[in-house]
Amino acid sequence: MLGTVYAILFYVATLILLIGVVRKIRIYARVPAPLKIPTTPAPKTRGGVVLRVFREVVFFESLYKSNKWIWLFGWVFHMALWLVLARHLRYFTQPVWGWVEIVQPFGTYAGFAMLAGLAGLWARRILVERIRYISNPSDHLMLALLMGIGASGAMTRFVAHTDIVAVKAYMLGLMRFRVGDLPADPTLLVHLGLVIVLMIVFPISKLLHAPGVFFSPSRNQVDNPREVRHVAPWAAKMEN
Amino acid sequence: MADGDTQVPELAFPLDIPCLKRGAMEGTKPFVAQAEHQAKLGFPGALVPDWKDKALAKMQELAEKNRAFQVYLDICVKCGACTDKCHYFLGTGDPKNMPVARQDLLRSVYRRYFTFAGKHFPWLVGARDLTEDVLNEWYSYYHQCSECRRCSVFCPYGIDTAEITMAAREILDSVGVGQKYSNEIIGKVKDIGNNLGLNPKALRATLEDLEEDIEDDTGVSVRLPLDEKGADILLVTPSADFFAEPHIEGLIGYAKVFHEAGVSWTLSSYASEAANFGLFIGSYENMREISLRIRKAAQDLGVKRIIFGECGHAWRVAYSFLNTLAGPWDFLDQSYPVPQHILEFTWDEIQKGTLNLDPSRNDHIRLTYHDSCNVARASGMGDYPGGQFEIPRNVIRAVCNNFFDMEPDTIREATLCCGGGGGLLTDDLMDLRIKGSAPRMKALQNVTEEHGVTHMAAICAICKTQFGKVMPKYGYEMDAILSVHQLVSNAIILTGQDGEDEDEAEDA
Repeated sequence: MLGTVYAILFYVATLILLIGVVRKIRIYARVPAPLKIPTTPAPKTRGGVVLRVFREVVFFESLYKSNKWIWLFGWVFHMALWLVLARHLRYFTQPVWGWVEIVQPFGTYAGFAMLAGLAGLWARRILVERIRYISNPSDHLMLALLMGIGASGAMTRFVAHTDIVAVKAYMLGLMRFRVGDLPADPTLLVHLGLVIVLMIVFPISKLLHAPGVFFSPSRNQVDNPREVRHVAPWAAKMEN
Repeated sequence: MADGDTQVPELAFPLDIPCLKRGAMEGTKPFVAQAEHQAKLGFPGALVPDWKDKALAKMQELAEKNRAFQVYLDICVKCGACTDKCHYFLGTGDPKNMPVARQDLLRSVYRRYFTFAGKHFPWLVGARDLTEDVLNEWYSYYHQCSECRRCSVFCPYGIDTAEITMAAREILDSVGVGQKYSNEIIGKVKDIGNNLGLNPKALRATLEDLEEDIEDDTGVSVRLPLDEKGADILLVTPSADFFAEPHIEGLIGYAKVFHEAGVSWTLSSYASEAANFGLFIGSYENMREISLRIRKAAQDLGVKRIIFGECGHAWRVAYSFLNTLAGPWDFLDQSYPVPQHILEFTWDEIQKGTLNLDPSRNDHIRLTYHDSCNVARASGMGDYPGGQFEIPRNVIRAVCNNFFDMEPDTIREATLCCGGGGGLLTDDLMDLRIKGSAPRMKALQNVTEEHGVTHMAAICAICKTQFGKVMPKYGYEMDAILSVHQLVSNAIILTGQDGEDEDEAEDA
């Protein structure tokens, strides 16, 4: 019963996530950028732009220039999140990939770094007057959601040990459209429930910054307007 | 508001973050355009009856036509990185002048009508209905942004508030609420060819006067040609260069450089304006129409090259957009960039050694340099990233012995706006202009304390006018702002010019 409910939720959430994000990406990709607006100085070559975007998404270069505290908390949170996500691949693969095995011990403790980063960001949102001013309830709820996922996840590992073998069997089953039994462990159910919520809100929330950053014209455009003529399709029509 | 009322902000250091002063700039707004100004640009003359539907339709249209607008509305995470980056926020303390808060004035409406969360849970995501109060708020605060892009440098996603401001102004224009200053000026360009409304006859007289002045000063005849067919170079320069100080000294500098380089050049009375206020109001169509005047002038005069004078936003439109708006430029000489900046030209000539320069003629000046925002963050110079920082400084160092940069976090890509850019250089916004210039002025005061700096040079017509107006509020003479080509003009010894006589003349 529990297994079936969560299976339905997971399938629905996955569909919403995939369809929602793909739809948004298609919009971002299709809407033209009528003018060259890279924030300069900007790279003059496509390769340079790839490097610029790489530095943005891996090192958060602009954020580092901007504010060391937000950078520290934000960067720690995101990098820890990647480690945690990588570690979770072990529940979806059999046999477990070699590199996931290597990441495993780091991923376990990265959960704490993730929580620390989130706590730092939340503290700033509450304590810094300027950031409090620009915060909406959804901004707080998003942090609550992520912290809830992190905390409940850590609890299944460190506090109320979950039958992880059974969870893995359930997940592997879901991936093959076979619904098995899910351990009725409250911490686990909270953890998975919050993850489902996160998947559903992803395409309708600010989490769109993840795909969106790759479409930001001020970062992804090559600074070569004098050399290469750039005209949007709707603007080209004006020339006839 | 009369500038006498303005409390000149006293900052402890240039980027000193103020406490929030809610509503501090609430009443501030520029004069609204009259029907006649609106008509020339193809906008309704007054607020249209169905303004709400029109505004939302325009917003949707922009989201479908401009990727930046669409993406930037969606992806802000409210991290707060930009909150202390706007000079208007630093100078006024009004939280709605924080870049993200300024964007949110429009984003909140976008969310309400175009997103799932905003349609169904407006209170959760800060979505709100579009009302007349909101429209008024847009008019006020989207005219407290100089579109300088400083926030976009520091945003982890490169969100550029200028794009949102331009969109907001375009939405406002489309429902009949335009800004008088910008729209009236665009009308003048369309009617006469320049922002000033200077007709060809007056322009020719001005240029002839300048030729006489140069000859009186130097004993050398230096020409400022107008509408000369067959010249190699078309110079497009902001019309302020024809009458305002210190702009005009810069124009004299360009003329001397061209003279010594031995090139043939001309101004055009049809395209006697480099400025393009179509940028400020976010109107692609108007920006294009103004740009096409330059194309026509270049074709009619049969020139081979186009060079732009010192003007910040004009250089953005020229460098970044001219190829898009008015290209292709295949009828021009492809061995030179199209268009070229006058500083690129002058620096090339300095490197070639065609100019006889005596930097000691600027020894009475202890100089710093203000990177103009549109040059620094929205365009380039030369063939390498950051050329827009190096080339002006290279030229300055070649003509001036005492040069000192301001603090690193206030120059180059992090440069602070003069406070008057983006269509705000109007007397009805003087209070805002004085406050918005405070961070730059503090950085200037610091370099004055440290190095005894007496003058600041700039390469933007708006910056020069703005500084001429606000620097006296911060303890400087109004002529402490210089054109870079004014320094070139001072240092250059024209062929046939008697150097010693010139020195005596200056002493007298």
